[in-house]
Amino acid sequence: MLEFIQQPWTWWVSGALIAGIMFTLLFFGQSFGFSSNLRTLCSAAGGGKFVKFFDFNWRSQMWNLVFLIGAVLGGFITAQFLSDGKPVQISQITINDLAALNIAEPTSVQPNELFSVESIFTLKGFLILAIGGLMVGFGSRYAGGCTSGHAISGLSDLQLPSLIAVIGFFIGGLLMTFMLLPLIL
Amino acid sequence: MKLLKFLVLGVLFGIVMAKSEAFSWFRIQEMFRFQSFHMYGIIGTAVTIGVIGVALIKKYKLRDVNGNPIMFYPKEKSTLRYLIGGIIFGLGWALSGACPGPMVVNIGYGYIAMIVVFLFAVIGTYIYGFIKDKLPH
Repeated sequence: MLEFIQQPWTWWVSGALIAGIMFTLLFFGQSFGFSSNLRTLCSAAGGGKFVKFFDFNWRSQMWNLVFLIGAVLGGFITAQFLSDGKPVQISQITINDLAALNIAEPTSVQPNELFSVESIFTLKGFLILAIGGLMVGFGSRYAGGCTSGHAISGLSDLQLPSLIAVIGFFIGGLLMTFMLLPLIL
Repeated sequence: MKLLKFLVLGVLFGIVMAKSEAFSWFRIQEMFRFQSFHMYGIIGTAVTIGVIGVALIKKYKLRDVNGNPIMFYPKEKSTLRYLIGGIIFGLGWALSGACPGPMVVNIGYGYIAMIVVFLFAVIGTYIYGFIKDKLPH
């Protein structure tokens, strides 16, 4: 059983579980949207004193911060107990394409070139981490949601704004992948 | 104690993100290069079940555990904010290989560098709040 769990999970099992999490949150009177936590953290840090957008009762969002802490724990539990330690099994074409960008084939979950501790302390490495984070944080609030809020919750409710946002996610993702990454990496 | 159930759900979410490998930069690259069905399968399955479930909740007017009707609020109509915001988000997603949820799962998994990404995502959100009124929505 443990051996079975330690293998990577098939797409349909994972997708079904994500839908299950969304519905459970709905039945608990909340909704599935992770990036709201970023706004809540700005508010909890006192941002409401300076910016009206962060002036709200952030404690009402405590449930989502607890969900966030759970997600950190989930990552920890997987790394410690539920992983077989094998590298991510991506397709050979992707491995070849990334090799052309000087990213070696996977030896674990993430490329060492970008996510090793050393990369925090080089200018280029730090800028990649920082600018990536800035754009995700800025873009998700501008668009009113991220992958969970728009691509999962919003599309499930057949909301046109969410479809527009998801199309935007892909325009941005393709621009980065094919135009910008070759210049950056 | 009321919050414990959200902790459990969060743990489950973290495990699913990690076990599905959806929190890997490599998988996000594979997705944007259209070289595997994996990520599309995950999101597609979630949305397919989601559409059916949401329709059933609406049809049978289901209520939550507190007895309140489960409501879905239409998002405000606009194109610009979703498109521009979405493009900026997508640029960041493909660069850092993680959206906000998977960022913190990575931190728990042991990728210290993701703390930088997450902190700057909070700063990015702060910058948005600061200049929000000057942006087209």
